[in-house]
Amino acid sequence: MATDTQWPLWEVFLQPPKGEAHEHAGSVHATSAEHALQNARDVYARRGEAVNIWVVPSSAITASTPDDMGPFFDPGNDKPYRHPQFYKVPRGVRGV
Amino acid sequence: MFSQPGPDKSVGAAAAEDSAAEPPERVAEFEARIARGESIEPKDWMPQRYRRQLIRMMSQHAHSEVVGMLPEGNWITRAPSLRRKMSLLAKVQDEAGHGLYIYCGTETLGVDRHELIQQLLDGVAKYSSIFNYPTLSWADIGCIGWFVDGAAIVNQTMLAHASYGPYARAMVRICKEENFHKRQGYEIMTVLAAGTPEQRVMAQEAVNRWWWPSLMMFGPHDAESSNSDELMRWGIKRKSNDELRQRFVNQTVAQAKAIGLTLPDPDLEYDEATENWKFGAIDWDEFWRVVKGDGPCNRERLAARRAAHADGAWVRDAATAYAARQSAAAPMLEAHGD
Repeated sequence: MATDTQWPLWEVFLQPPKGEAHEHAGSVHATSAEHALQNARDVYARRGEAVNIWVVPSSAITASTPDDMGPFFDPGNDKPYRHPQFYKVPRGVRGV
Repeated sequence: MFSQPGPDKSVGAAAAEDSAAEPPERVAEFEARIARGESIEPKDWMPQRYRRQLIRMMSQHAHSEVVGMLPEGNWITRAPSLRRKMSLLAKVQDEAGHGLYIYCGTETLGVDRHELIQQLLDGVAKYSSIFNYPTLSWADIGCIGWFVDGAAIVNQTMLAHASYGPYARAMVRICKEENFHKRQGYEIMTVLAAGTPEQRVMAQEAVNRWWWPSLMMFGPHDAESSNSDELMRWGIKRKSNDELRQRFVNQTVAQAKAIGLTLPDPDLEYDEATENWKFGAIDWDEFWRVVKGDGPCNRERLAARRAAHADGAWVRDAATAYAARQSAAAPMLEAHGD
């Protein structure tokens, strides 16, 4: 028997049938992109969960780091004026 | 299916060295996050022991899904009708999928699936003891769906709220699929229980065989469960073994009554005060015997897994060779993902 090596890891994203965005479902091991798509279909879409699948080599994903979470997201955390609730509307006015 | 609660030397031995080097303020911050109900994600800081406990529990859970295919696979070729055969095939395929979801979740903790599977094949890793019991008749397939998957749903519904994000998300996916497993099992039992006298006997005998091992699936009593406190403190488990077992008993009693089957426990009695069904003593000697390797099918299950892995080697080799040839023949295409 040949030595078992582990195939590369791919992240799987499924698009649900009703037009939502692709969402991360999990990962598969596969030798190629095509192989990864087939494995992803068999593992994550046995019940019509998807109309489209993306597979991405896990090593190709760059993610923000949890340790920098505070400073990294800070610019968006202190701007309440970006939310509609920040603004006052006279009583009784509708549809604003 | 789920992990086998039981002793695990690799976790205990490393405990002291784990906690020694960890900054107390990080541990406190981590525990505060758990207390706030935040989800812990793969790259977040976590105590070594949290990581180790999760790897142990999740890999045992994944192994249980994979080994769980064996007792049911035993009846695929002998299913009594095409309808039953299609359902059973789909169910067994689901179990393979469940194993893969959880292996994938476990890999986010920094271990390779390859390594985990090797531990299973080497007989070092544990899996749920329920799968070390044989499936002697077709009614056993019904009982597995009804009891074993029913017990698994009780446990996994809780685990869908586990503090570790990838584990919880895998459980959500699995829970959606388990309901089909339980219902197909209960339907098998319903039909047999309403069938010929021979079929009724077969159904009752299966219930008699599977009831107690199914109760053991929830693990030792809370007082004797070495891992429980820590798993609950860290939000990996949200309910204790005994609470989950009681919930399973409460829901199953009425289901058995509805189809005229008897749960093999003379002490089963409804307690008005607690609204629980009280049940008799579990044979823990049997439980530990099976956990420690001396169940009816422990050796057979491992031998079957090893044979399946060895028999599949040529497929893995062929896929690797094909991929290598494709990328050598058309490096540009490969680079563009075609």
